[in-house]
Amino acid sequence: MSLVLTFTVGAVCCIIAQLLIDLTALTPAKILVGYVCAGVALFALGIYEPLFEVAGCGISVPLFGFGAAMARGVREAVAESGAIGILTGGLSATAGGITAALFLGFFLSLFFRGREKRM
Amino acid sequence: MKQLTKNEKLEIIKRHTPKSKTLRNCILAGLIGGTICLVAELSRRLYLYLGVNKDDSTLLASLTIILLSGLATALGFFDRIGRHAGAGTLVPISGFSNSVVSGAIDSQSEGYISGVGIKIFSVAGPVILYATVSGVIYGLIIYIIGGISAVI
Repeated sequence: MSLVLTFTVGAVCCIIAQLLIDLTALTPAKILVGYVCAGVALFALGIYEPLFEVAGCGISVPLFGFGAAMARGVREAVAESGAIGILTGGLSATAGGITAALFLGFFLSLFFRGREKRM
Repeated sequence: MKQLTKNEKLEIIKRHTPKSKTLRNCILAGLIGGTICLVAELSRRLYLYLGVNKDDSTLLASLTIILLSGLATALGFFDRIGRHAGAGTLVPISGFSNSVVSGAIDSQSEGYISGVGIKIFSVAGPVILYATVSGVIYGLIIYIIGGISAVI
């Protein structure tokens, strides 16, 4: 795995989204949702894991990684505990990121006040 | 090839200006997005070096970006970078963190339940919902395929 590939894959993920923003009417929120669902699909099709082996965070830090973590959690939970894993696997595997972001957001809202409209 | 006059050159430049704005946006998005991934990867290697296992170090790298971009949002300079970076800060997990933190700190004047409690999910909600739905569909597919192949 090389850092050049990490940078390149991460850059390509962002450039595709930038082209979608500039050339289509898609809103940023729709693009994020699309990326997450695409992450599940990339994992299901067996494309994500080889990409992660060569690019590391270049593919896992863009939101594809969130969808892929969800899919991976589901696959492992189904393998381990059968049908119930369909319900428990996804959110368990992504709990770290979701909890960290939510807690951070709440915690910072105790101390900071938004000055202007963001996003 | 014939030499172009100054006016002809200017006309060509003018014709290509809107395109070059997209080009400029894409270059900035690529550079900044790539750099965020690079910072995450360097932190992941640090965690691996410190003895964290492969899965946890990947999560910790994402958490590092979540923390940094959350703080940058609260301190107000995420917007200044994001204005130029476009998709470069949106697509990495920094965009998710920015939406959660800005949703929370911009709405706390509306109260902690109906302000922060709701706005914190304004972008995270759809992202988590559709990731969960896609995950359940994927789970159903592999469960059914597993069942069929066990019978056969």
